[in-house]
Amino acid sequence: MRYSGFRVIAQGLFGNTGWKPAWRDPAPKAEYDAVIIGGGGHGLSTAYYLAKNHGLTNIAVLEKGYLGSGNIGRNTTIVRANYFLPGNSEFYSHSLKLWEGLEADLNYNVMHSQRGLINLFHSDGQRDAFARRGNAMINQGDDAVLLDREGVRELLPYLDFDNTRFPIYGGLLHPRGGTARHDAVAWGYARAVDRRGVDLIQNCEVTGIDIENGRVTGVQTTRGAIRARKVGMVVAGRSGQVAAMAGLRLPIESHILQAFVTEGLKPVIDHVISFGMGHFYISQSDKGGLVFGGDLDFYASYASRGNLPMVEHVMEAGMTLMPMIGRARVLRSWGGIMDMTPDGSPIIDRTPVDGLFIDAGWNYGGFKAVPASGYCMAHLMATGESHPVAARFRLNRFATGHLLDEEGTGSQHNLH
Amino acid sequence: MRLTCPLCGPRDRREFYYYGAADYLARPAEGAPPEAWDDYLHLRDNPAGVTQDLWYHEQGCCSWLKVTRNTVTHEILAVESVAGADAAEGRA
Repeated sequence: MRYSGFRVIAQGLFGNTGWKPAWRDPAPKAEYDAVIIGGGGHGLSTAYYLAKNHGLTNIAVLEKGYLGSGNIGRNTTIVRANYFLPGNSEFYSHSLKLWEGLEADLNYNVMHSQRGLINLFHSDGQRDAFARRGNAMINQGDDAVLLDREGVRELLPYLDFDNTRFPIYGGLLHPRGGTARHDAVAWGYARAVDRRGVDLIQNCEVTGIDIENGRVTGVQTTRGAIRARKVGMVVAGRSGQVAAMAGLRLPIESHILQAFVTEGLKPVIDHVISFGMGHFYISQSDKGGLVFGGDLDFYASYASRGNLPMVEHVMEAGMTLMPMIGRARVLRSWGGIMDMTPDGSPIIDRTPVDGLFIDAGWNYGGFKAVPASGYCMAHLMATGESHPVAARFRLNRFATGHLLDEEGTGSQHNLH
Repeated sequence: MRLTCPLCGPRDRREFYYYGAADYLARPAEGAPPEAWDDYLHLRDNPAGVTQDLWYHEQGCCSWLKVTRNTVTHEILAVESVAGADAAEGRA
């Protein structure tokens, strides 16, 4: 069923009784050409581009819970391409271009809103660093505008500009940055891959990866064995456990990142605002809730819930930056499990096992990467070669020294 | 979360700095091959369950601590001083 404004009106006139499920619920077949482990944003987009760009439709996406039940359903929905290092810059630029055509491509409203993203700075040194980053973004073909203090005040008059510790000197505006509706991204991709004949298999946990003579032959699952010559592990948050089934040890430590949302308010924050020095960022959802977050809880954890010291820290940072939000009541908070790599950049690569591929290590920046991650993972699985924009996301780059340390903070997993 | 420092007793998590997995204690010998350094610095078992990691009592006695804890429940199973563990294992 194709979605359109006309169909919404027509359905509304007849009590909305004609809508059909957006995807099937098939039982797993005994064999597929390729299997993707993980039915989150990245796994679904991998399946989509395998079908769309490479004509592979005899594939299955295996999800241990329900589609979109992991980090795609628990994030702060920011979409941006403001990276600096060669290797990251072209990848996120590619992803933003895919975002801009995504709704038409999927025939699904993902509520992509390019409302502009502003990174604040508080010293001359930081201004120089942001000017350089902005130039790198422009060189990549994306957009950046360096705002002075008055330029920021014009857009964000409600900030505390004269904070003693972090007075606002200006900000780097990325006009094409913004947000999207996170669940809709998962649902849009799920519907689009189902329409191309891909099997989406939910409540199907992979319990083993079958390897014969160094080559993958299939997977064992809670719904039986499934044979496949190509298997993609796209399970950020649980990468270590799944990779261990194939005998791999990854450069990843798992950490919790918390986020918060308030009750719905009238429109007050028009942009995405990032206050890096305070570890705080915020935007307002279309429903009116203020969506904000901070930094990691800082110790390795799989608890899917946050610790209280970080709740306090994030609230303090928010009040420091914009005292006006002090009366808003927090509705809920949540914690997502992040694959933290030692350089803060992801991995899309082959593994030492033939036919087994990995897409992992998204740190806390996986949402904006959903389209390009699937695009490049699909290219890798179909052709055996890395896509040019993801060519530096190698699994062995830590051993060879080709790190992509965007923030320059060193090899400690939780510092990125 | 509270950690029981062997010197200071039970203290709030905010007094401690988390460094990383206890793998950092097994530093390769000088002249070890690059793979050994990759293993030491980057690769992790990263278990969902019981793990051992290193914490620094920054706002207390400034000891390095080896903590045995559960990454799913946040239960603390043991806290020992790295200096003591080193001595017991002949590294001091």
